[in-house]
Amino acid sequence: MDLKLKIWRQENAQAKGEFKTYNVAGVSSDSSFLEMLDVLNESIVDKVETPVCFDHDCREGICGMCSLYINGRPHGPDDAITTCQLHMRKFKDGDTITIEPWRASPFPVIKDLVVDRTALDSIIQSGGYTSAKTGGVPDANATLIDKYSSDLAMDAASCIGCGACVAACKNASAMLFVAAKVSQFALLPQGQVEKTKRVQDMVARMDELGFGNCTNTYACEMECPKEISVTNIARMNREFLSSKVCSEQ
Amino acid sequence: MSNTKALSSITQKVIMSLMGIFLIMFLLVHLGINLFLLPLTENHREIFLASAEFMSTFPPMKIMEIGLFGGFIIHILYGVIVQLQNWKSRGSKSYAVASKTKATLASKTMIYSGILVFMFLAMHIYQFYFVKLGLNTGPMLEGTHHPDFYKMAIDLFTNDAIFSTIYILSFVVLYLHLSHAFQSAFQTLGWNHPKYTPIVKALGEIYAIVVPLGFISIPIYYMIWG
Repeated sequence: MDLKLKIWRQENAQAKGEFKTYNVAGVSSDSSFLEMLDVLNESIVDKVETPVCFDHDCREGICGMCSLYINGRPHGPDDAITTCQLHMRKFKDGDTITIEPWRASPFPVIKDLVVDRTALDSIIQSGGYTSAKTGGVPDANATLIDKYSSDLAMDAASCIGCGACVAACKNASAMLFVAAKVSQFALLPQGQVEKTKRVQDMVARMDELGFGNCTNTYACEMECPKEISVTNIARMNREFLSSKVCSEQ
Repeated sequence: MSNTKALSSITQKVIMSLMGIFLIMFLLVHLGINLFLLPLTENHREIFLASAEFMSTFPPMKIMEIGLFGGFIIHILYGVIVQLQNWKSRGSKSYAVASKTKATLASKTMIYSGILVFMFLAMHIYQFYFVKLGLNTGPMLEGTHHPDFYKMAIDLFTNDAIFSTIYILSFVVLYLHLSHAFQSAFQTLGWNHPKYTPIVKALGEIYAIVVPLGFISIPIYYMIWG
């Protein structure tokens, strides 16, 4: 496959940045999107130029490190996958592919396609801890959890924090991410001890960091590589409202 | 970045949705009365005027009226505040390639449909409510100081094609606004449930079509048979 790539190049957070066009020839349709970028970077290095910076780590769809806004969609044209799991067979020979970094005020560009997503880590940190019994190893069956709730909690916990929800949202809202993190605890007995404080602190931190308000377009759910459901957002809203109304804190 | 929100993002949206649901209920009452502009019964004019009289003179309705204006103002005010915050969050750099995510047109254009509905509302208040307040002139019921809203409405629908067109288009825009608003309000309030959400969504779609269609049927009737 021969492709034309329009890639956002930006020296640092302060630089203006612009699109640069690259032509790559002989790309295998079996290669992944990131492997295609590796091939491009090798050709750029051969010319003694600075390669394109992009985030990646596990390359097996579980770490949440890769990002990229490809042809108008976070993680590219396929559903429920991360960029590293996107394969070139999803494109056609001669295609022009536009690659942009996540765009959101709380995600400043570090360089080229790499954005700073520590805001998401900061929200997780604001959630605090879960109290646990000390002493001997507890019996695995001592805490009863129904299968339905445990499945929902597991679904919420599958969020890898890649930030595609923020990138897809026209409001740059992080509600789906925060809702997943709140839900994974709210659904389980272990999460009940600090549930009031947790949801209030995480929502407050989310607002503080400058993420937008949710207007229920559900673009986040459509682009989430882990298919986190917006029912989690409704759950977080319930948790937040009940904690505000009922709690003395 | 510092937090510029006086209320949390969720609280803001909850206030908006509660006011929205209140406005949705009001719209149904308004339609109920307006439908008597159509010759549904022999004494439809008397029913319409009696309802208008009741709405403007019955004391508890006065309190409701204040609540209604408050509801509109809060809903609009927070709609604008939330939108300004959201534009700020999105940042100055926008994507070069427009989003290919299949979010509904209605959900993506709430601020614009809201502004258009507001413009219609401002016109509507000037044309009708201001007559009641004595700030605008209009026909009065014989021997009283009460405006003849029936005559005003029928005259406009029969003789003013531009007004009727604006009226019809405004309700098409309202359909767009309502088609997202109804289920969105429930989602914001946390009412998302595997059993009931499909019912809420269906009810929302029916409401968003039936109510604007009800309003639109009146000018269409008078434009054709007036």
